[in-house]
Amino acid sequence: MASTDSMSNPGWNILFLAWLLTIASALTSIFFSAVMQLPPCVLCWYQRIFLFPLAFIFTTGLFFCDKSVVRYALPLAGAGWLVALYQNLLVYGIVPESIKPCSQGVSCTESYFDILGFLTIPMLSFMAFTIILVLLYTFNRRISQ
Amino acid sequence: MRKQYLVAAAGLLLGLLFIIATHVYQTQQAQKLDFLAREDAEVFVRPHSPTLGSPDARVTLVEFMDPACETCAAFSPFVKKLMDDNPGKIRLVLRYAPFHDGADDFVRILEAAGNQGKYWETLDIMYQSQGHWASHQNPQPHLLWDFVAMAEVDLDMVRNDMNEARIQRILEQDIADARALNVTKTPGFFVNGKPLTTFGFKQLQQLVESEIARMYPQ
Repeated sequence: MASTDSMSNPGWNILFLAWLLTIASALTSIFFSAVMQLPPCVLCWYQRIFLFPLAFIFTTGLFFCDKSVVRYALPLAGAGWLVALYQNLLVYGIVPESIKPCSQGVSCTESYFDILGFLTIPMLSFMAFTIILVLLYTFNRRISQ
Repeated sequence: MRKQYLVAAAGLLLGLLFIIATHVYQTQQAQKLDFLAREDAEVFVRPHSPTLGSPDARVTLVEFMDPACETCAAFSPFVKKLMDDNPGKIRLVLRYAPFHDGADDFVRILEAAGNQGKYWETLDIMYQSQGHWASHQNPQPHLLWDFVAMAEVDLDMVRNDMNEARIQRILEQDIADARALNVTKTPGFFVNGKPLTTFGFKQLQQLVESEIARMYPQ
């Protein structure tokens, strides 16, 4: 089987790290909403849309040691990263939030949670997507060598 | 194959971590609320709160509700049955968590009807007729009045009383207490200060029965 070759490929470990981070992030986001009962805001929902499929794509890619996993993971991770970036720009007031009437929804800029004064949920998401992108980039370079 | 095992093992480990974290968090929350119950009992029961059942009952069931909430309506006969099955042992305290659109007006009408001694009758009629005036596709608060009339209250007086400052203060206090107790959905139940952690008829019954067993040892 050709897969045994790619399994000994050093790229596998990088993919494994990306997979670990994705699963941990998905579980954390589920923990926030299902256990701590923090309702996700609209932008958080978009980030989840890009994050959750990544968990399945990485799992499948790892199991079958498929190098083309990058091709499917990259657009999702990239889109998630852009949404996370936008939300952080909103949170830090770099992009102004357009004025809108009060509704009983959840604000995308209100921080519900932070550790050490800067680790908010949007920041955690941004860091996770950034690391996933870096890992994917590294993986791609390793396998094309 | 060893790498596949590694993936499966790591996945299982993360899943296990999730379950442990959930358990730890819920235990902490329960302890925090238990602490609140001892330090700050008035968060659960205010002097203005409508109460049903014997004042000597040792089990206090606090329900954060909204007259327009379907689940609250569905729970109402169940809570009554729980009280009937355990005569004299349960005291029901209602608190308001008006999360639906226009729900604070429904609370105002209910409290104003209470001025005429028709609180529980009006609440029953509101719950029973809820589908007609609070349907989510087509909420029609004005239809509510026809049903309130069935409780044999003076509607003009209700219209007049519903703007009382007293009712406004009740609403503000209840909403503040709901926030303090982290009530985000209705109905929100507390039995002797213990929150209902997993939601459902059976779960509420179990919690109430365990408190009855604790407070009325045989």
